[in-house]
Amino acid sequence: MALVEIRDVDKSFQRDTQRIDVFTGLTLDIDAGSFTALMGPSGSGKSTLLNLIAGLDKPTRGTVRVGGAEVSAMSPGQLAAWRSSNIGFVFQSFNLLPVLTAYQNVELPLLLTRLSGRERNERVKIALDVVGLADRADHYPRQLSGGQEQRTAIARAIVADPTVMLLDEPTGQLDAKSSQEVLTLLQRLNNEFNKTIIIVTHDAHAAERAKTILHLEKGDLIEKPRVAAAAR
Amino acid sequence: MKYVQLVLANLGRHKLRSILTIASVALALFLFASLRSVTTTMAAAAQFGGARRLVTLNATGLVFPLPLAYGNRIKAMPGVTGLSWANWFGGRYGDGKNFFANFAVDAESYLALYPEIVMPADQKQAFLQDRTGAIIGDRLISQFGWKLGQNVTLQGTIFQGDWTFKIDGVYHPTDPAIGDNVLIFHHDYFDERIGRAGIAGWYIVEIDDPAHAPQIAKAIDDLFRNSSSPTKTGTEREFQATFATMWGNVSFLMSTIGLAVVFAILLVTANAMMMSARERTGEIAVLKTVGFSDRLLFTLVMVEAGALALTGAAIGLGGATLLYPAIKFNGAGFLPGFKVATSTLIIGALVALGLMLASGLVPALRAARLPIVQALRKVE
Ligand SMILES: Nc1ncnc2c1ncn2[C@@H]1O[C@H](COP(=O)(O)OP(=O)(O)OP(=O)(O)O)[C@@H](O)[C@H]1O
Ligand SMILES: [Mg+2]
Repeated sequence: MALVEIRDVDKSFQRDTQRIDVFTGLTLDIDAGSFTALMGPSGSGKSTLLNLIAGLDKPTRGTVRVGGAEVSAMSPGQLAAWRSSNIGFVFQSFNLLPVLTAYQNVELPLLLTRLSGRERNERVKIALDVVGLADRADHYPRQLSGGQEQRTAIARAIVADPTVMLLDEPTGQLDAKSSQEVLTLLQRLNNEFNKTIIIVTHDAHAAERAKTILHLEKGDLIEKPRVAAAAR
Repeated sequence: MKYVQLVLANLGRHKLRSILTIASVALALFLFASLRSVTTTMAAAAQFGGARRLVTLNATGLVFPLPLAYGNRIKAMPGVTGLSWANWFGGRYGDGKNFFANFAVDAESYLALYPEIVMPADQKQAFLQDRTGAIIGDRLISQFGWKLGQNVTLQGTIFQGDWTFKIDGVYHPTDPAIGDNVLIFHHDYFDERIGRAGIAGWYIVEIDDPAHAPQIAKAIDDLFRNSSSPTKTGTEREFQATFATMWGNVSFLMSTIGLAVVFAILLVTANAMMMSARERTGEIAVLKTVGFSDRLLFTLVMVEAGALALTGAAIGLGGATLLYPAIKFNGAGFLPGFKVATSTLIIGALVALGLMLASGLVPALRAARLPIVQALRKVE
């Protein structure tokens, strides 16, 4: 059984009088321990797909399951609790609360758990260590570079040990060097810690770091073997 | 408890704004407590010993005197058990910056009517036998450094000239409604110096039963209704209120303009609190993505509003409660025993809770209901 199972999903948005059908009958499996890059033109529904998996949005029809739990059927309250322990989400920007230090930002998901202060402390330290920012714990977001901010966001996404990590264009605003750092980090998380990762990206070089590349074209999925992409 | 840091961090986001918000809530509630205390202090004064005392004034106003001949006619009325009279003097001491009340009284009957004015028997005796002597409340001792037995000179403002009195006695009122910064001297001496006998400023009428006060007051006023100087009789409390009003129409100004100011400050504050929550849509969406529930976010925003409102209230109400006793404020003698009543603190706390709801509810609901996907689309 796949970790993420998307079955026959329709998703449409109503904008004024116009209906936008993003997906019709979308079906997709993503296995545990995989590293998937999601590509496709702007407006093809990449963010919408991540939102459906994270339970941030509901399908118009069909089911979304993650780790056996039917996300598409949960109530808002259940979803919040489920998300805190199952989803690590990273956006392109505005991930961090500017008033909190890197440490406090990373600690946020753990506040929702029953862990003691000492246990939280240990976990946050490990997460910051993994992303290589142990020495930046007390820095505020404005004192960090773009790459460091994204690595802090990644630390926050892994600190609660979620089932799946979802990253929506995490390198979209980073320079080449910082992008490489972030991508190397994601590869490590996938290889060493066996994290399941789904990353949305426009950058073909970034996508090559993944084990699987999926192309979304007008709401349809085309799977391309990595080698093919590499040979391009 | 683990969310304290998050709330504090949000309050520290615009430190100056948070401080100004707390300061304006504190100021509003300080004003509120002060204004309301004027009323409660006056009301409290009426609860004390004066229930058996009525005051009869000239119906035209406090500054117009009454014939001394009225005294015997009032005394003869049923239900009247005692009578005295007094006259406002309005003397000034030194540069006049430290105002205090001073008036001439018919000493023997006056002290008999006011058992709250307590002093050693020998001092009382000395005063009764010294025509140019005076007694003073013990606060004047500490205020001016006067001593028992010394002479003090007041400048007459209504009745010109230097008036020198020997301090024969220092009293301490057993009831805060009786001022402890008053100078009292003999009506006989007053009459003699101004060369105008047969005049009283106001009468103090002792009655047999507080329950009879309305009938007796009406009977007195009826008696003089068609005379040259009609009277107006009321309880001692009403009399004190008249004094305070004469003193500058203060209570009216305070209660209307003052409360409007308080209300305006609270509105501005509520608006400022709402603004600061509105700026954080993106952050709230991120917190929801992390797994913060709608209910938790509602609570956090509410706690933030509450922290501002309640801190401000604690400073404002606590400040008023501590300040007035510390500086021994008594409204220049017209508001003896001035203090912030418990009921004022309770109402103030409720106002603060109301402010917390008014300023916190809208942003808290907005935070709770914020649809994540739309909010994030705006952010990115
Ligand atoms: N909340 C919404 N309301 C209305 N329309 C929406 C909403 N969210 C997405 N859409 C529309 O759905 C389509 C897919 O949007 P989505 O954001 O998933 O695209 P995307 O592949 O992530 O694009 P980009 O590469 O620009 O981020 C677009 O046409 C978009 O305008
Ligand atoms: Mg997108």
